[in-house]
Parts: sequence; C-alpha cells; structure tokens
Amino acid sequence: MMSNIKYQISKFQIIAIVAIIYAIIQILMSTQIINPYWQQIICYAGVMIISALGLNLIYGFTGQFSLGHAAFFGIGAYTSAFTIRMANFNNTFLLVVGLIAGALLAGIIAFIIGLPILRLRSDYLGIATLGFGIIVKVLFDNADAVFPVLGGSRGMVGITKLTNFTWVFLLVVIGVIILRNLINSAPGRALISVREDEIAAEAVGINTTKYKTLGFVIGSIYAGIAGGLYAHLYSFLHPQNFDFLKSIDALLIVVLGGMASISGTIVAAVLWVLILEGLRVVLPEAILDWRLVIYPILLILIMIFRPTGIFGGKEFQFLQYSEKR
Amino acid sequence: MVYFFQQVINGLQLGSVYALIALGYTMVYGIIRLINFAHGDVFMVGAYLGFYAILRFNLPFPIALLLAMTGSAVLGILIERLAYKPLRQAPRIACLITALGVSLFLENFCSLKFVFGPNYLAYPRPFPVVNFNIGQLTISNIQIIVFVVAVCLMILLELFVSKTKTGMAMRAVAFDKNTAQLMGINIDLIISITFGIGSALAGAGGVLYGIAYPQINPFMGIMPGLKAFVAAVLGGIGIIPGAMLGAGIMGMVEVLSSAYISSTMRDAIAFLVLLIVLLVKPTGLLGKSAIEKV
Amino acid sequence: MNRKNILEITNLNRYFGGLKAVSNFNMTIAEHELVGLIGPNGAGKTTVFNLITGMYVPSSGSIRFLGEDITKLKPHQIAQRGITRTFQNIRLFSSLSVLDNVRIAYNYKVDYGIGHSILHSQKFIKREKEIYEKALNVLETFGLIDRAYEVAKNLPYGEQRKLEIARALVSEPKLLLLDEPAAGMNPSEIKSLMELIRFIHNKFNLTILLIEHQMRVVMGICERVVVMDFGEIISQGKPEEIQNDPKVIEAYLGKITECVNR
Repeated sequence: MMSNIKYQISKFQIIAIVAIIYAIIQILMSTQIINPYWQQIICYAGVMIISALGLNLIYGFTGQFSLGHAAFFGIGAYTSAFTIRMANFNNTFLLVVGLIAGALLAGIIAFIIGLPILRLRSDYLGIATLGFGIIVKVLFDNADAVFPVLGGSRGMVGITKLTNFTWVFLLVVIGVIILRNLINSAPGRALISVREDEIAAEAVGINTTKYKTLGFVIGSIYAGIAGGLYAHLYSFLHPQNFDFLKSIDALLIVVLGGMASISGTIVAAVLWVLILEGLRVVLPEAILDWRLVIYPILLILIMIFRPTGIFGGKEFQFLQYSEKR
Repeated sequence: MVYFFQQVINGLQLGSVYALIALGYTMVYGIIRLINFAHGDVFMVGAYLGFYAILRFNLPFPIALLLAMTGSAVLGILIERLAYKPLRQAPRIACLITALGVSLFLENFCSLKFVFGPNYLAYPRPFPVVNFNIGQLTISNIQIIVFVVAVCLMILLELFVSKTKTGMAMRAVAFDKNTAQLMGINIDLIISITFGIGSALAGAGGVLYGIAYPQINPFMGIMPGLKAFVAAVLGGIGIIPGAMLGAGIMGMVEVLSSAYISSTMRDAIAFLVLLIVLLVKPTGLLGKSAIEKV
Repeated sequence: MNRKNILEITNLNRYFGGLKAVSNFNMTIAEHELVGLIGPNGAGKTTVFNLITGMYVPSSGSIRFLGEDITKLKPHQIAQRGITRTFQNIRLFSSLSVLDNVRIAYNYKVDYGIGHSILHSQKFIKREKEIYEKALNVLETFGLIDRAYEVAKNLPYGEQRKLEIARALVSEPKLLLLDEPAAGMNPSEIKSLMELIRFIHNKFNLTILLIEHQMRVVMGICERVVVMDFGEIISQGKPEEIQNDPKVIEAYLGKITECVNR
C-alpha cells in the first residue's frame, strides 16, 4: 500500500502549476504589459498574503484572537530595513539577511509577549493584543530617540528597494507549503484542537500553552517576513503603516477569505488589494473620494450574505489533504 | 503640588468624556457581546451635530446637546437594525468585522465634501470661557460643564437601568437572552433601546469633547473610541460603574503621563496600564472572576 | 484479591469561596478495578474528577497516581501519565472529523518534531501512517469506522458519547474517568454502553472510575461503589451493600421523619 499521506494533486503537478503562474506573470511584467505601478501592487498583494497567512494560523487555526498583527509586521519591517542599512551593502541576496533578522525579532517578541497574554481568552486577548499593537506603534513613533536612522514619527527614508516579484512569489509559495504541511501534521492538529476546545485538548494530553505560543510565534514570524518584504518594496516606512487599522486589514483578509482556509486567505488578500487599488483606477476622478466609502459597504455586504467568508473553511484542491482509502 | 491638582482636574475632564463613550461600549457588549467599533464614530457624528446646531442654527447649548444626543441615538439604532441585526445568528467575528466596516464607512462617508468634509474644524464655544480661581487652581466653566453634564447623564442612566421596567429588561437580556425572551421581553426592542441610549451618551460625549478640545474632524472618534473601550474593559466590561471607574483611570493616566513623563508616550503608557490590569485581573477591576465550569 | 493501588487520594479538599465542594475526601483505587461514584446532584462528584485530572487545583490534600504525586500537575501532564476522562456535557473537537478527534488524543505520543511536519519527511510519513492505523483500529473497536470522515458534531448523541470514550482510550491510559456516560441514552443504548464499558475494561486492562445516575449501570457493572453527599464520602462498598445503606437512602430521598413532618 502507498502511504496514506497524499494530497489530491501530486508534487510535480504543483511545481508545474506554480512555475507556469510565475512564468506568465513574469513575462507580463518584463514586457511591460503589467506596468511598474501594478507590479508594485502585485508584490504588495503577495506581502499581504504572507502576513494574513500568519494571522490565519494564529486566529483561524489556533483560535487566538489577535488585533495586534501589524505590530509584528512593523517589527519585521523596521528590523529588516535597519539591518540592511547598517550592513550598507546593496545586494539583492542581502534581503535574506534582513528578512531573517526581522523574522527572528518578530518571533522572539511574540514569544515574550505571548507567554503572559495568551492566558487571556477571546475578546480579552483581542484587547490585550490591540493594546500591545498601540504600544509598539508609539515606540516606532519615538524610535528616533534611540536610533535616529529609524526616523521616528517623521518616518524612515531611503530604504533600498530590494524586494521584487521573484522574492515575493518564492516566499508566498514557501509560506503556503509550510503552513499546509504544518496544519496536516500532529503539531498542526494540536494547534487546531486548542481552537476547538481548550479543556478537552488538555484532557487528552495537549499542552495548550505550548501550542498557543507556538502558533502565535510562527504566525508572527510570517508577519515579520512580510514586513521585511514590505520595507524593501517601498523606500519609505512610517509608524502609521503599522497602526491599529493595519492590524484590522489582516483580520479582514482572514475573515473575508474564511477562517482556517489557506486558499481563502490567498484569494481574499489578492482581491482586497486589487479592489482597493482597482477602485482607484475604475472610479472617475469626480467620485474618487467614494473609494473608501464603497469598500466598507462591500465589506458589510459580504459579511451579511456570507458570514463564514468566501471559502468558509474549505480549500483549493491542491491544498487538500486526502487519505480516504 | 498645584500643578498636580491642576492635572487631576484635566484628567477628570477627559475621563468624563471617556466615560460617556465607554458606557455605550459596555452596555452594547453586555447585551450582545459585540465590540461595537462603530461607537467611536457615533461619538464623532454627535460632535458634528452639536457643531452645526451651535454654529449654523445658533441654538443654545442645552438644545444643541439634546439634538446631538437624539441624532446619535437615531444613528445608533439605525446601525444596529441595518448592519448587526441580520447577523445575530452568524459567527461573532462576522459581527465584529461588520462593526469595523460600519466604522470605516462612517469615517469615510463623513469625510466626503458634501457631508462634513475631511478637514479639521474649529469648534464654536457656545458661551464665553470663564476661569475661576480656587486658591492657586484654575477651573474653567467649560471643565465644570463637561464634568457636571457627564455626571448627571451617568446618574440618569444608573437610575434608568436600576429603577425602570425597561432598565430591568435590559439587565435581564444581558444576563440571559433566551430566558428573557421566555419571560416575554421583546429582545429586539431592548437591543435597540440599548443602542439608542449608548449612542445618545456618545453623542453627548462628542459635543462635550468638542467644546473642551475645540477641534473636530471625521477621524476624531478612533482614538477616544478605542480608549473608552479600553476603559470599559479596565473597569470590567458589561458593568456600568466599571466603565465610569475605568474611564476615570484612563483619563488620569493619560493626562498625568503627558504631564510628568512624555506626551508622545502617553498612549503607550495608557495601554500598558490596560495590559497590566488584564494580566492581573483578566475580567477587569470590578469584574467577577468566574471559575470556568468544566 | 491483592491488587496494587494505582490511585491514592488523601484528605482532598476543595473550596469555592465558602462552599466546601469536596471535603476530606479519601479514596484508593486498585489496578483493574471498576468503581462507581454516585451521589445526589451537587454532591461534588464532577469536582472530584476535575481535581484528579488537574482541571481544578485542590485547596489541600494529595493525589498520587502510580506512586507519583500528581496533585500540582497541569491537566495535560496528568493525561500524559495515563489518566484520561470524558465530560458530563460531551466535549468533542466538534468541527473536526471523527478521525481527527481520535488522532489528536494520540498526539502527545508522537515523537516527530515540527521540522519533520514542515518538511513532511520520511519519518513523518511513517509515523503518520502508524497514527492513522492506530486511530482506525480504535474506531473499529467502537463501531465508528464508517463515520471516520464525518464531522464530530453531526454524529447522533449516542455516537458522540462513544467517540468521546474512544478518544480517551486511544493513548492507552491506565485510568479512565467517565462522567455520566449514560446520560440522555435510551434503555437499549444503555445496555450496549454497559457491554462496551465491560469490554474495554477487560480488553485494555483498564481501571475505571465512573460517575453515573443510572442505577442500572452502577449496579450492573461496578465492583465497588462510593457514595458522596455534600462533598464528603458517606458510604462505600459492594453495590448490593450500598443499596441497603440507610445513609445512602437518606441522601437520595431525605430523612423519612422530615417527610412525615411536612
């Protein structure tokens, strides 16, 4: 008998599909059919996918309500930008160093803050993470007192643009595969059991504190990496890019896509970025102000008519785990 | 020492405004377990209604206040009926996202040029500012009015909730919705009343905020809204005196930390206090810590 | 009958504010015993379960399991040492499949780390296959094999109860605590439940402590019965001895004189 671990599409098919998608977008970009403006937007969508996948792991899979995801995104962004600025060496491979630094710091801080606050439940945890997010944002505002290069509330300028489509695409693919593999394993099932019923999970020997922290740390590492990519996608960082509303953006994507659905997060992140930017292009000049009015109306309508999100917990075939005999 | 007491007075003023907003948060949370993120924006609309009543229609302050409260109440009820009621059976997070949607909508809709416009506006003073000196302390009539109006409204609310039949029904619904329904209470009506009262208080808070810190814009509700919500959690969410206590603390912490530590670190310190309280007493200062039933 | 004790509870107390939920509770359970814990509502039976499994921390007293003091351990540590339980109001991982419910309970015995999960290494594949077979075996034993891929909350009530027991057994515990397993079952379901409990008791060489209100179950399968009232043990012995103990009758029915006086 073959192994029972099988996804509905083989590895080779996945590699082929991924390569084709990459090639198509890359060709469209190099032939300028997708102009630099839209190239940046596509990269931004990728960044949001990675960040939102992290939040989906924390909230959708592990059930830990977080309203402070942008803090880890910001920690990753500033750390990465700072590291590369200090190294003072502009090589696209150096981006990896920055990303690792950002991911590490985001993970470490998530661990330190997670241990005490993950004892809180549902809304209380949400409020605590919200508070943490605001504290971090204020610290960014005042960061220039310690590191003038970070710019504080004036923003950090002159960050080298090292992020390109290839990096973003590669990291999205890796991020999706790691998350998929994690979720479909014993530690992944432990994470989900915490969401389902903490008391029952403890009763069958799951160390819920450990797994809550694990989910929170890994999710925050995703945010940290996304932040690093973001910092080097634009050449400017401002504390306002990491405030409460940005945490909400990630939450919106997770919920709109459907909690605990990787596919949902991917689709919702792309749609979210495209709709917000698309409205900018589609709407005539006279009613451009309406962009941010139409968007929340769409949001409310989606929630009223599809409260479990676009995918409602389901997955694309290539992410599905199949083991029926 | 004088400086300190002066700051305490400022803290009381800010705390009074927070309390008025926090009450709506806590009542709504108590009754439908929803963090109504749009509440801070109702506060903003209230401030604008007062603004137009005073500036455009030259109405006296008490009438302007009542008008703002009524308008906010109508808005609150409308929001509940249109956006939250269809989601009563949906996952809680869907409601929360809807609340965020309503919040974004109100902010951006009000920023449109034909509504309130995106710019800061100077708030009109409905009467001249008079300063009273008590010893070396200075108290303005604005501060007295803010404090007195806030306290009166809170007393009225407390009386309403504890003495009237409707108030009793509200408490019953907050305690157990299903049983309340079996007792013949019209849940939908009670929820609407709760939103109405909460929003009216936020509207009053908006007008008071406007005359105390005379600058308003469509995004002014975000931070006071969040802080008032935090105040409600600090005191124990769902508990009316808790919201007042939490708001008082929040106002004091904020004013004192900008006076003595750093005004740019003000928000960080306020939220740090929240984190510490939550970690020590997760249900808030006045909240009952319940043992989870297994 | 010289079996060694596996659970020894001495002078256990638990107060909630002024209320003595469990007071001066002493109990030993020998290996492979099947003991019933009965008593009127609110007597403190479930609290005893919560204390044994670490869900509540005792106010004082000690609990020893296989010679080890487990009084201060966390619930998952106690589960890992071999005490598992079911709950009065079924607590399944309700939106997961029946299979996953069982697999999660085997998790702590899984020896691959997160690196293997992420890479889906050979070790991962091998272990996952073992877990899978293990889970299916247990489901087979409980007649739930056809339900393996159904969502737990969609099962009928009786099968949910069964699944909860299956989940508690997959990690091969030594002591199983059942909290009112027959609650809400009809007579024929109760009959098959009794057979099931007897069967697992022997097949897995289990020690079982069960709370039950259905006297048919208690009298039918328990070797020994402990009776609680107001947090204290008021009587214990063989089922037939208990049935005639005036103190037990009083606890359930109230004093005869009281009834007459009213």
